Amino acid sequence: MAGNPERPARRTVRAAILLATAAIAAFGLVAIVHEATRDRIAATTRARELARFDQVLGGLPHDNDLLADTLTLRDPELLGTTEAVTAYRARFHGQPVAVVLEFDATDGYSGAIRLLLAIAPDGTILGVRTVSHHETPGLGDFIDVGKSDWMQRFSGKSRDNPAAARWRVRKDGGDFDQYTGATITSRAVVGAIGRTLELFARHRDELLGDESLGDELLATPATIQP
Amino acid sequence: MTPAAILRAGFRDQNPGLVQLLGLCPLLAVSTSLGSGLGLGLATLAVLIASNGLVSLVGRTLPAEIRIAVFVLLIAALVTAVELALSAWLPGLHAALGIFLPLIVTNCLVLARAEAFASRQPVGAALLDGFAMGGGFLVVLVALGSVREVLGRGSLGGDLHVLLGSDGLTSGLHLFDGQHGFLLALLPPGAFILLGLGLAWRQWRQATAAVPASGAGVTSGMPGEAAS
Repeated sequence: MAGNPERPARRTVRAAILLATAAIAAFGLVAIVHEATRDRIAATTRARELARFDQVLGGLPHDNDLLADTLTLRDPELLGTTEAVTAYRARFHGQPVAVVLEFDATDGYSGAIRLLLAIAPDGTILGVRTVSHHETPGLGDFIDVGKSDWMQRFSGKSRDNPAAARWRVRKDGGDFDQYTGATITSRAVVGAIGRTLELFARHRDELLGDESLGDELLATPATIQP
Repeated sequence: MTPAAILRAGFRDQNPGLVQLLGLCPLLAVSTSLGSGLGLGLATLAVLIASNGLVSLVGRTLPAEIRIAVFVLLIAALVTAVELALSAWLPGLHAALGIFLPLIVTNCLVLARAEAFASRQPVGAALLDGFAMGGGFLVVLVALGSVREVLGRGSLGGDLHVLLGSDGLTSGLHLFDGQHGFLLALLPPGAFILLGLGLAWRQWRQATAAVPASGAGVTSGMPGEAAS
C-alpha cells in the first residue's frame, strides 16, 4: 500500500492480479446464483405469462400450450410501426378457440402502451388488458384493470361492430367515450385495438390455421420482410 | 465507534435519506407506495450489509489504485444476485421495482459506506453499519412511500401483496376512493416537496435539540454531498 517499497512494476502486476481475482470471484458469485435460480425464474416467468392469458381469455377452456403456438406479424403500413405483433393461439381439442395478440399502442401520452387482446375465431373481442404503460398515474392509468372498468367496454365488439370508421374516441367522431382528461391515452388504445382487429381480419386464415411450433413470420405482399 | 453510535448515525445523525441525501434518485422514484418503498428498502439493505461485510474483509489488503474498482465489482455482483433471487421468488416485486433494482449498483450510498466506513473497520462494525445505514434508508423510503400512497391513492399498503406473495393476507387499508387522491403526491414533484418537508422536520428537530446537547451534532445545515 502507500509507502510500500515494492518496485512499481511489481506493484502494478500485483494490483492487476488482485483485480482479476476479484472479477473472477464476482463472476463466480453471479454464475452460482444464476444457476440456482434459473429453473425457478423460467417457471415463474411462464406462470406469469399464462396468468396474463387467463385474464383476457376469461376462463375459456383450452388445452394447448399457448406459449409454444405463436406467430409473429408485421404490418408497418397498417399499424404504423415496424414492431412485431405476437399472436398466441388457444385451441381446444385441436380446434382454434381464440387468438391472443400482444401489441403496442405506440402513440400513448408517454410512450408505448402494451396491450393484450383476445379475439374469438368469429372476430369478436373476448377481452383486453393493459400489460404495461407509462401513462401519468391518476390520469392515464385508467387503462389498468384495477383502476377502472374502462377497458371492459371493448369486450363483445368486433371489426364491424362498430364499423371501422367508428373505431375512434367520441371526440374524433367515433363510438368510444374518451376518459376525461386523458384523450390521448384513450385515442391511442382505441386506435390500436381497431387496427389490430383489422390485422386479425386480414390474416384470419393463417392465424386460425395449423399449429406452428415457435415463431414464424407471416409475409403478405405488402409486408415482405428482408 | 461503539455499536450504539453506529446505529445512531445510520438511523438518525447521518441518515442517508434525510441527512446525507444519498440515493435520492431511487428514493424519490420508487417511494410511490408503502409496498414498493419497503421492497426497494429491503433490497438495498441486503446489498448494503453484504457489501459492507465483504469490503471489510478484503478492503485493507487492496492497493489504493484498484480498491474502488474491486468494490464496484463486488457491489455489482451482489446486486445481480439479489435481482436474480427476487426475480425467482418475488417476481411481482421484481417487476414493480423495475430498473431501480439493478440501479442499486449506482446508489452512491452503497459505495460511500464501502469506501468511507467498511474498508477501514472490522467486519462486525461494518455489518452493523450496513444494517444501520440500510435501515435508515429503509425507514425514509417506507415513510415517504406511506405518505405518498395515502395522499395519492387513499390507501396504505395496497400493493403489499406483491411483496408477500399473491396469497398474502393483506389487501391494505382503504381510507378513501383513489379517484379523489391528491395526484401531485404520486408525481416526482410531490416526492421532492414531501422529502423537503421531511428535511425541514429533521432540521427543526435538530435545531430544537441542539441547545442542551451541543457538540453531538455532526451535520451542518447543508448536506455536503447530494447525488443519486
